[in-house]
Amino acid sequence: MKPDERGRFEQATLPHLDAAYNLARWFTQNEHASEDIVQEAFYRAARYFRSFRGGDGRAWFLSVVRRASLAWLEKQRMQAGVAFKEDVHDRGDETSNPEILAIRKSDDEIVRQALEELPPELREVIALRELEGLSYQEIAIVIEAPMGTVMSRLSRGRERLQRRLSRCHEGRTT
Amino acid sequence: MNCREVRQLLSPYSDGELTPDQDAKVEQHLLECEECSQQEKSLQSVRMAISSAALYYEAPASLRQRIEATRLPIDRGGFRISLQWVTAAAGVFLLVGASAALGMLWPEQKPTADDELAHLIVANHMRSMQVDHLTDKESHESQTLLSWFQKKIGFSPLIPDLSQVGYELTGGRLDYLPDHPVAGLVYNRGSHVVNIFTWTANSFEDKPLTRLVCQGFRLRHWQRLGMSYWVVSDLNDQESDKFAKVYERYSRKILPLRLRSSDVFKIP
Repeated sequence: MKPDERGRFEQATLPHLDAAYNLARWFTQNEHASEDIVQEAFYRAARYFRSFRGGDGRAWFLSVVRRASLAWLEKQRMQAGVAFKEDVHDRGDETSNPEILAIRKSDDEIVRQALEELPPELREVIALRELEGLSYQEIAIVIEAPMGTVMSRLSRGRERLQRRLSRCHEGRTT
Repeated sequence: MNCREVRQLLSPYSDGELTPDQDAKVEQHLLECEECSQQEKSLQSVRMAISSAALYYEAPASLRQRIEATRLPIDRGGFRISLQWVTAAAGVFLLVGASAALGMLWPEQKPTADDELAHLIVANHMRSMQVDHLTDKESHESQTLLSWFQKKIGFSPLIPDLSQVGYELTGGRLDYLPDHPVAGLVYNRGSHVVNIFTWTANSFEDKPLTRLVCQGFRLRHWQRLGMSYWVVSDLNDQESDKFAKVYERYSRKILPLRLRSSDVFKIP
């Protein structure tokens, strides 16, 4: 890569390093792997820089990060002997006792835990929308899915968080 | 709009992602329906809880350092492409010379229709290798090329993305055979240029893969679903087969469903 090209490439990607790391972190939930993933994505993005048509590099770079995260997740699940399906499977909401949670942890911790309990494909759209502030169209680019999928995953993710958090809340006040 | 429909739209409503018409309908319903209105408030409070909690993971300093120290790969583009063309063009002249010499040593066989076509295809391929004539439309994106071909030639060839299997889409070109225009697709494998020519065939009959060598270039030809395909490159036999196979396999993925046939493309 020539120096001026590296400059343009860095302008398109470096301002979005936090966004990249945040996405990888929420998607994979692995602190150590997230750094590797973002570095790998940065390298891959350089190879495909010519496919970037200018403008805001965020959605473009995030889609590369997302692919790298997905590849990592798939590898993990292969090793664990479970095939990763992108379809959402219900993990159920009965995994933890809300009352105990509510007493022990602060509000932030409850919200964090509720989000962590979502399956990755719901977690990532929530993170992209609520933490990153991306539009539906941008999210569609990042997760390489139609807008309708973005819309339904966000709805489902929020419904689950709503159920989960309202039970925690009841648990605390009673 | 009934409650069930409104519930489904509450999430995009809170994001401001509905059409103005839908937005107005949901808003009206919320004014009239206490239950849905409660639901909407509850959704808002969940969203507030998420955005106000400290959930954002900022990139650690160690990552920034690693990124800055990352040695970036060399992008295939700009100056390097023109160098490739020069090398490729030089290769072409050598091969032409070599095959002319061989032609003098070996007695000529009676050419078939395919052989004649192969000569024309190779001539097109060689012309394309001359500097600055590889593509009329340079693009890595199938969609861009599809609409370009549609405008220029009146049909859309199948342009699968083969980057995962090592062939980079470089662009498209308009070429001519004696009686009709053909779509030329250009893929790169390292420094090798693969041209694939395709046009609407005279018959809807499928023809299996045929191998030809012409002036030192390997050609692969087949016909499928009413389209004729000719692949030409300086790849070796095995790799030429592989490209034809991969092109077919990936094309199948982007074919409209109704056109997909169940038989499997086999290298004979």
